[in-house]
Amino acid sequence: MNHRFGSFGGQYIPEILMGEIQKLEKAYEVYKKDPDFIREFRDLCINYTGRPSLLYEAKRMTEDLGGPKIYLKREDLNHTGAHKINNCIGQALLARRMGKTRLIAETGAGQHGVAAATIAALFGMECEVFMGETDTERQALNVYRMELLGAKVHAVTTGSRVLKDAVNAALQNWTARCSDTHYMIGSAVGPAPFPEMVRDFQSVIGEEIKKQILEKEGRLPDSVFACVGGGSNAIGTFYPFIDDKDVELVGCEAAGKGIDTLYHAATMAKGVPGVFHGMKSLFCQDDSGNISEVYSISAGLDYPGVGPEHAYLKETGRARYVPVTDEEAVAAFEYLARTEGIICAIESAHAVAGAMKAARHMDKNQIMVITVSGRGDKDVAAIARYRGKDLHE
Amino acid sequence: MSRIKNAFADGKALIAFLTAGDPTPEDSVRFVLAMEKAGADLIEIGVPFSDPVADGPVIMAADQRALAGGINLKSVLDEVQEIRKTSDIPLVLLTYFNPIFVYGAERFFEDCRKAGADGVIIPDLPFEEQGDVRPYADRCGVDMIQLVAPTSKERIQRIARAASGFIYVVSSMGVTGMRDGMQGDLKETLRQIRQVSNVPAAVGFGIHTEEQAALFASEADGVITGSAVVDIIARHGKSVDDELSDYIKKMKKAVR
Repeated sequence: MNHRFGSFGGQYIPEILMGEIQKLEKAYEVYKKDPDFIREFRDLCINYTGRPSLLYEAKRMTEDLGGPKIYLKREDLNHTGAHKINNCIGQALLARRMGKTRLIAETGAGQHGVAAATIAALFGMECEVFMGETDTERQALNVYRMELLGAKVHAVTTGSRVLKDAVNAALQNWTARCSDTHYMIGSAVGPAPFPEMVRDFQSVIGEEIKKQILEKEGRLPDSVFACVGGGSNAIGTFYPFIDDKDVELVGCEAAGKGIDTLYHAATMAKGVPGVFHGMKSLFCQDDSGNISEVYSISAGLDYPGVGPEHAYLKETGRARYVPVTDEEAVAAFEYLARTEGIICAIESAHAVAGAMKAARHMDKNQIMVITVSGRGDKDVAAIARYRGKDLHE
Repeated sequence: MSRIKNAFADGKALIAFLTAGDPTPEDSVRFVLAMEKAGADLIEIGVPFSDPVADGPVIMAADQRALAGGINLKSVLDEVQEIRKTSDIPLVLLTYFNPIFVYGAERFFEDCRKAGADGVIIPDLPFEEQGDVRPYADRCGVDMIQLVAPTSKERIQRIARAASGFIYVVSSMGVTGMRDGMQGDLKETLRQIRQVSNVPAAVGFGIHTEEQAALFASEADGVITGSAVVDIIARHGKSVDDELSDYIKKMKKAVR
């Protein structure tokens, strides 16, 4: 099996996990072609998640911006409120077939943790979620949601206590106990086969966009936008369009307080090649190869690396990546709420902001699709704080 | 004979690990020499890393302390050079792969050779991913120390065949850190290794008592103790010398 996207990817993990990763790889090779597996995945996507998600024409936004016709891919309408469930269904089905009874997951904003806890509840599996302590504070509601669903949430107190540290803790836990446990990585990151597997399960997003836009417009869009932290909703959105060279693919990453400050998570703009969390990719790091502590208002984009396939798409020029600041994302969050009546996740607001900027340079006869990866209920209190209002959650 | 072979030439070897630059580079150099004097046969020097995913809380904390003091791969190589001025003890660097990747693998192994480092352990560079760096290590005469874990199974012999220096046999599942008990079938792992390789096999992960050291040494060619050393250094700081020597003497006696 090819573990690489160009020079990126690979399996850079401790020897203890190699046997398990190779087992996973073999299992995925078998089941991704297994008709029963595919049928069960599709059935849960339709009957549990509520797929296909809508491709919604944002008429007021289109009119207001005066540029291209804008469609929103509504992953926020999925059960659990984000795209993360797509991947969790796939990986949990695989884990069950491998005889695993326990799922562990990392989470940043809590969306993946909630999706993991949800699927674990549905499948009657044990679930433990690792979440940076800082994130448990800024996403307290999601912590309680996970607990309601029967998962155990570990607040990780090492490092900067955010997503990177949650991945470290989950990997360490997996190292200690892999015989009955599947590590359900939530983004298109990590050692092979995770980036490919997560992409495949998330590609349902792009496949639906393609079908839906052809039905509505009879042609493919000119541009497709998605937010990128590790990059799972983006790769799921982009992948089915990779061979459609006329479709521009744009990833929007978190520039925090600005890419020229110390407070950002803009791996594409500021990262350099490195090897971490099992993969060769781009990382924000210092001159000695220590991984940087990054920052974003969005817990889900607050990650110092990016999936290896995105690094490859950037290198080959097939996709482009733009930085979006906290301020721009918050403005887009509020704009979408007021213009379309949609409260999106602060992660997704980065994609909306990037798309709004690009729309200024596009014509009325062009079409743009923005993936709204999740809903924003979880962010309401944080946005209020950003605007100086202290809500008591 | 290579320095690493020397470590195993006279009975069972005691291998001690410490984190470079904890609390300062000068202290680390002194601790290495003190441990040599107390009977350690080989020293593993840990290169501090921001995110040591194969390590437990004791070594993670030591890495943070050392990084706060500005330690990096280059300064660890300087420490090696400093130790080599007065000592011939076998030295093996333990570093995650990213610092090497950023430093440049070719330059890194060349500098290991110049400084006098005898081997390198890279916990997140499994056998299958070593192709890009192995030629540089070989060319510089630096041993790439291979790890074998309780889960390595059918890969044990493939890894052992390619091993040089010594083979690091991971005693149990999980990250580094002191614990009791033993997982996996150590005897069987060692039997498989010895079928295809005469490179010495040392057992590590979790070893902190004399009883454990004696038990593992009865099967393997050497015993590695790490977190316990780092913990002693963390508790006693700069004035650790006596405690450190006592611990090493005790452990060396146990493995003999």
